[in-house]
Amino acid sequence: MKVGVVSYGTYIPIYRIKVEEIARIWGENAEAIKGGLGIYQKSVPDVDEDTATISVEAAREAVYRANINPKDIGAIYVGSESHPYAVKPTATIVGEALGVGNDFFSADLEFACKAGTAGMQMCIGFVRSGMIKYGLAIGADTSQSKPGDALEYSAAAGGAAFIIGKNPIAEVEETYSFTSDTPDFWRRELQPYPSHGGRFTGLPAYFRHVTSAAQGLMDKMGLKASDFDYAVFHQPNAKFPVRVAKMLGFTNEQIKQGLLVPYIGNTYSGASILGFAAILDVAKPGDRILLVSFGSGAGSDAFSIVVTDAIENFERNPTVWDKVNQGVFIDYGEYLKHRDKIRM
Amino acid sequence: MNRVAIIGVGCSKFGEMWDSGFRDIVISAGVEALEDAGLEGKEIEAMFVGNMSGGRYLAQEHIAALIADYAGLAEFNIPSTRVEVADASGGLALRQAYMAVASGMHDIVIAAGAEKVTDVGNPMDIMTSSIDREWEGFVGATLPALYAIIARLHMEKFGTKEEDLALISVKNHKNGALNPKAQFRREISLETALNSTYVAEPLKLFDCAPISDGAAVVILASEDVAKNYTDTPVFIEACSQASDYLAIQNRKDILTMSSVVAAAKQAYKQAKVEVKDIDIAEVHDSFTIAEIMAYEDLGFAKKGEGAKLIREGVTELNGDLPVNTSGGLKACGHAVGATGVRQAVEITLQLRGDAGKRQVDAEKGLALNIGGTGATAIVTIFSR
Amino acid sequence: MLPRFWRKIKYRYDLVGSYCENCQSFFYPPRNLCPHCRRRSKIKEIPFDGKGRVLSYTVVHDAPEEYKEEKPYVVALIELENGVRVISQLVCDPEEVEIGMEVKKAFRKYGEDGNSGIIYYGTKFVPDN
Repeated sequence: MKVGVVSYGTYIPIYRIKVEEIARIWGENAEAIKGGLGIYQKSVPDVDEDTATISVEAAREAVYRANINPKDIGAIYVGSESHPYAVKPTATIVGEALGVGNDFFSADLEFACKAGTAGMQMCIGFVRSGMIKYGLAIGADTSQSKPGDALEYSAAAGGAAFIIGKNPIAEVEETYSFTSDTPDFWRRELQPYPSHGGRFTGLPAYFRHVTSAAQGLMDKMGLKASDFDYAVFHQPNAKFPVRVAKMLGFTNEQIKQGLLVPYIGNTYSGASILGFAAILDVAKPGDRILLVSFGSGAGSDAFSIVVTDAIENFERNPTVWDKVNQGVFIDYGEYLKHRDKIRM
Repeated sequence: MNRVAIIGVGCSKFGEMWDSGFRDIVISAGVEALEDAGLEGKEIEAMFVGNMSGGRYLAQEHIAALIADYAGLAEFNIPSTRVEVADASGGLALRQAYMAVASGMHDIVIAAGAEKVTDVGNPMDIMTSSIDREWEGFVGATLPALYAIIARLHMEKFGTKEEDLALISVKNHKNGALNPKAQFRREISLETALNSTYVAEPLKLFDCAPISDGAAVVILASEDVAKNYTDTPVFIEACSQASDYLAIQNRKDILTMSSVVAAAKQAYKQAKVEVKDIDIAEVHDSFTIAEIMAYEDLGFAKKGEGAKLIREGVTELNGDLPVNTSGGLKACGHAVGATGVRQAVEITLQLRGDAGKRQVDAEKGLALNIGGTGATAIVTIFSR
Repeated sequence: MLPRFWRKIKYRYDLVGSYCENCQSFFYPPRNLCPHCRRRSKIKEIPFDGKGRVLSYTVVHDAPEEYKEEKPYVVALIELENGVRVISQLVCDPEEVEIGMEVKKAFRKYGEDGNSGIIYYGTKFVPDN
């Protein structure tokens, strides 16, 4: 029996701030930053949006498209590094808003930017074991960045939700994870903003884990880059995923559809899976997709996913790119208000 | 039923009374009423007090006993009762006192209304507890916001204009300038009202009554007893109360306050008067749109044509049917639980010919006191 | 206030209202008793579809302290497809709102009990383009 993605939904807040506007405040060179990161603008949540509201909106779209009874969802996992509460789950808010009832497995997950794909793996296990009919895995963030820090140009908001079950629109053939203890990026308890190791986040962290997970998966399955129609990698900026694709032998053509970061920034737990959703928006039956997330600390989850015939009757509008391409631009003052950074 | 007469009235100054506490304000109105009635005090048999939110404005409940005590009536151990229906509490105190006398239970009863709002920083938030706090307040709807939603639809459906609302404010300020007890005693221009800042669109600052400190007292007596105290009794011919859905989302038609329609219908019937017999009215203009709707729901104008009365000057001081000669809630001030009693004071002064510079010629008067967005309405009809 | 909020979470997070099987009327917020049938009420809980149109609205400028961050904000009287009316915030540019506008439900934050208190989530509306 095939197990995989039965439905998916996405949410990207409509507000955007341009790199130029942030650079203007900090006296930096916008062109150099755009050239360095490959990011032009990022999404910003409204004052009344957070990881819980993004999760609910994405999950509602997924439930609506699946046309299933929410009571058949037997597990909810929300992965984020910006859960609204330090203690008290986001997943229960999602369960209540969806009308799932009280009969479900649930927890909030944290593994930097890969907590969403970790939730997908857990749901796949639950469904394959027959413990649940459907599992809901969400990755969402309203990521924090210290004003003036390099992260401020990329830390964005958005999320995606996946309903995992049998008779999928996209079957998860195989998943493989590569995990090590690598402190490249972290946030200590009670600290408002994350810290990072600067260039240490590159080779020993992102590149080592993403390539190891992707290669490990392909070796396990006896596949090579050209066997995939699409690939999507975690995208903290536009440079890293393009370079890692090249390292693994993927072409720009394979990664283009899922590369959202230039226009919405890094949505952290949402980043790789929003790209994956953008690929599902256009994929045809038989297409094989490589999804590789990355979470600092560090680990990567790799998935080989094959699109099934069921996708042809599946409602895929509005598409992820529709949501990426909308936008209301705000200035830095409004941005500070939206991100609750004005001391009152 | 005994016929009920007003034998004495008193009213404190309305406004921001920084030097006076709740007790000071109430007693100033009470003493004035006792003097007006020629009573010593011990003749009082019972007291009803209208007060919306002593608990939140003052952290003081048990307001009725407090007032009886400071009015010097503790020695007589009279029954004293606080009643609450939001900002119609004063009207309800009057109604309870009226029923106590009409029923024959008591001969002389005090109806008082009092509120002290300026001891807290944000009186509007407390005022907003007159709406459905869980389902209207939760979403950020305030009392002005709900009246604004009503006003917007009134404008859309009937062509009422922001200028019409402003004209109400201009008229009430003009009247308030003539009332020594009023909070605002200056006339304003139409431009001032129209150019004032939006509170909740389309309602502006000058469409909204202030929230004020103030107290008012009327002393009621049965017709027979009244003869011993006054040669100019003013009679309460009817005092009717009605309610409606608390939240406006549950009302079939937000452009009609069915509580006002029901209370008015009953009051006209009991008083055996018709709309055309009314010479003067005090209505609850907590927001200017409420005065226009009052014209319609009381039958002064057809539904949707309320604005005509203000445009044509009918309700001006020198018009055929002067409304809010006191300045109304807008200019005289809205001391919440005091307002309903304060309206009765104004009608009494007018019918007795004691209204000074704002005196009009009137035999029959009407007062409309509303709680919140109209979930309570009290209509009282007076005659001399 | 915490238990008071928690008790109605189901009805705030989504548009779950009441239906009287005796007279086929819908109600929001939910009621225990049908105001048309009273003792003959047969009340059942029912989720409402989240689409409607604006019957009237206001733009709130003078906002309560807890809503200052969002001002000016739109509060609208919205009629759902089943005829039920709901007072809600409408998240949109205040210049954009008009009577008759089509809207749909959205899950948003309504506020919080300070920095260390609970967060109040609920249903708002957004333009349905």
